[in-house]
Amino acid sequence: MMSSELLANYLPIVVFLGIATGLAVVMVLASLIVAKQKPDAEKVSPYECGFEPFDDARSKFDVRFYLVSILFIIFDLEVAFLFPWSITLGSTGVYGFWSMMIFLGVLTIGFIYEWRKGALDWE
Amino acid sequence: MIEAVFFYVFATVLVLSAIGVITARNPVHSVLFLILAFFNAAGLFVMLGAEFIAMIMVIVYVGAVAVLFLFVVMMLDINFAELRKGMMKHAPVGALVGFALLAEFTWMFKSWSPSSAALNGVAQPIPDQAAISNTHALGEILYTQYVYLFQISGLILLVAMVGAITLTLRRRPDSRRQSVAGQISRRPEDVLKVEKITSGTGVF
Repeated sequence: MMSSELLANYLPIVVFLGIATGLAVVMVLASLIVAKQKPDAEKVSPYECGFEPFDDARSKFDVRFYLVSILFIIFDLEVAFLFPWSITLGSTGVYGFWSMMIFLGVLTIGFIYEWRKGALDWE
Repeated sequence: MIEAVFFYVFATVLVLSAIGVITARNPVHSVLFLILAFFNAAGLFVMLGAEFIAMIMVIVYVGAVAVLFLFVVMMLDINFAELRKGMMKHAPVGALVGFALLAEFTWMFKSWSPSSAALNGVAQPIPDQAAISNTHALGEILYTQYVYLFQISGLILLVAMVGAITLTLRRRPDSRRQSVAGQISRRPEDVLKVEKITSGTGVF
C-alpha cells in the first residue's frame, strides 16, 4: 500500500467524487420525492413529436465511426507512452530518445498508410 | 485505517459493477457498469501507488475503449430479448462447455508453477514512493531496459491500425470524393469557351 502522505494528495479528487455522487443522488431522489408520481400508460410512453416512435433508438450506422474511434485509441496509446518518456529523458539520454523515435517511426508508417488509403477523409 | 475503508469501498463497487456488466438486460447499461468498474479499478491502482496506470485506465479505457464498446453495442442492432428466447434450449450445451472449461482451468492451475524469471521480476523491489514517482520509475526502465517489449508494442499498434483499415474501409462507388489534384490541374482554357454571339441568332 502507498504511503499516506501521497494518498493525501488525492483528497481533493475524493471530495469531488463525493460531491458528484451526492449531487446525482439528490437530483434523482428530489424529483421522486417532490414531484407527484401518477404514471399512466400514455405518460410513460416514449414521445416523438406527437406520433408513435417508428423504431428502436438503436440503429445501424456507418462502420466509419468505428474506424475513427479505433484509430483514436491507437494514437491515444501512442501519446500515453510519451508521458513517462518526456519526464525521464534527462536520465535515459540518447538511447531512450532514439528508442522512442523508432517507436514513433513505426507508428508514422501506419499514419502514412492510413492517410494514403484515405481512411481519414469522410467523402 | 482510512485506507482500508477506501480499499473496501472501491473493491466492493468494482465487484458489484462487474456483476452488473454480465447481468444487466440492456447492453448499454452493461457498458455503463463497465465504465463504473474501470473507475473503481483506477481507484485501486492509485491505492497501490500505480498512479500512471490509474490515469491511463481513466484516459484510455474510459475515454476510448468504453466509447468503442458503445459503438459496437449500438452497431450490432440485435434484439437481445429475441436472442435470449432459445436460451433454455441451449442451456445444457452451454453448461457442458462451461464445465469443460472449468475442468481445464483446474487442471492447469494444479500443475502451474511460476517461472523463475517471473519470480525474479517480483523480487525486484518497487522503488520508494517518496524518493521517485511512479511515472518516473516507469520511464527509467521502459525505454532502455525493456526496449524490445516497447518496440513490440509499437508494432502491435501498427498491426491494429492496418487491420482496422483493411477490415472496415471500403470505397463506395456512389460517393463524391474531392479530387484536389484534379481540381488544381484544371485549366480555364480546357473547360471554358467564349462564344461570340450576334444579336438574334443564339448559340444552338
